[in-house]
Amino acid sequence: MTTPLADFRAGLLAVFPTVAAAVPFALILGQQATAKGLTPAEMLAMSSIVFAGSSQLIAVGLWSTPAPIAALALMAFLVNLRHTLMGASLSGKIAHFGSLRWLAAFLLTDEAWALSERRALDRPISRTFYFTVALTMFVCWQVASVLGTVFGAYLEHPEAWGLDFAFPAIFIALALGFWRGARRTGPVLVASAVVAVAVHATVPGAWYVIAGAIAGILAAVITAPREQATEALAGEATR
Amino acid sequence: MTIDPVNFAAILAMGALTYFTRILGFLVADRLPKSGPVRVALDALPPAVLVAVIAPIVMAGPIEAAAGVVVLVLALRLPLIATVAVGVAVAALLRFAFL
Repeated sequence: MTTPLADFRAGLLAVFPTVAAAVPFALILGQQATAKGLTPAEMLAMSSIVFAGSSQLIAVGLWSTPAPIAALALMAFLVNLRHTLMGASLSGKIAHFGSLRWLAAFLLTDEAWALSERRALDRPISRTFYFTVALTMFVCWQVASVLGTVFGAYLEHPEAWGLDFAFPAIFIALALGFWRGARRTGPVLVASAVVAVAVHATVPGAWYVIAGAIAGILAAVITAPREQATEALAGEATR
Repeated sequence: MTIDPVNFAAILAMGALTYFTRILGFLVADRLPKSGPVRVALDALPPAVLVAVIAPIVMAGPIEAAAGVVVLVLALRLPLIATVAVGVAVAALLRFAFL
């Protein structure tokens, strides 16, 4: 059993690297938004209402006057469709949140999801842990993207500092936690990586995440032994 | 400090569809069976999504691939924050040396 204070501290500790990775990204977003003529207030509105980094950055790239509403909305839908897969996986693990699940869904980001799934491997995800992670990301995202509209001009080449590599580094480290042996996890990783890279190289947009994820899932189902479903249930009871 | 109404409408439309993608998974998951192939698929989902996000970034070039391998090895030993810090430093150094 963990106490709320321990969960709060665990959440802060877990979210710290992802905040450090997201802040430069948000600063660049703010800077790009200013270049497109968006005001700090509009940046704050977008960061708090949409709250989804990649789709916001692409949106700013597409922005013109007057705003192409339908194209922006459709793009956001397609880029963020991966959240549907994440939500489907997370749903049962936060079923005990009750109606707070709908707020949890609003605050769902790649980072909050990945940290929570990693946490769920060891122990149940408490409300305190999830909302500590998710709300910290939310607040930092607002502050940094608005600051970017003011100071972003000073951060023009973040890739020279390797800052763009923080995000994949976090995900590589988290992905290791899901290793369940070459027989069970190997096919998932290979199928997902190969299809994601192939689709990324050939199809524009964010389809590669969905395509890679579906390929990985199919590989798991195809290569799973018949008795694995019962094993998984038994394993859960003893865990 | 102004908000243009057309810009605000675009932001609201983006936000509405983004929230839809976020609750859709919850709504679907509540109606899925909890055993058999669907269970295997849901168990495989986190690593499948993570790898699909990572793979194209790491395969973007030799520097990203090398930094990715360094991170992979470090992550077996070091806590997350140290792994990320060293990974970022390695990517920056390699770019400084070779670009």
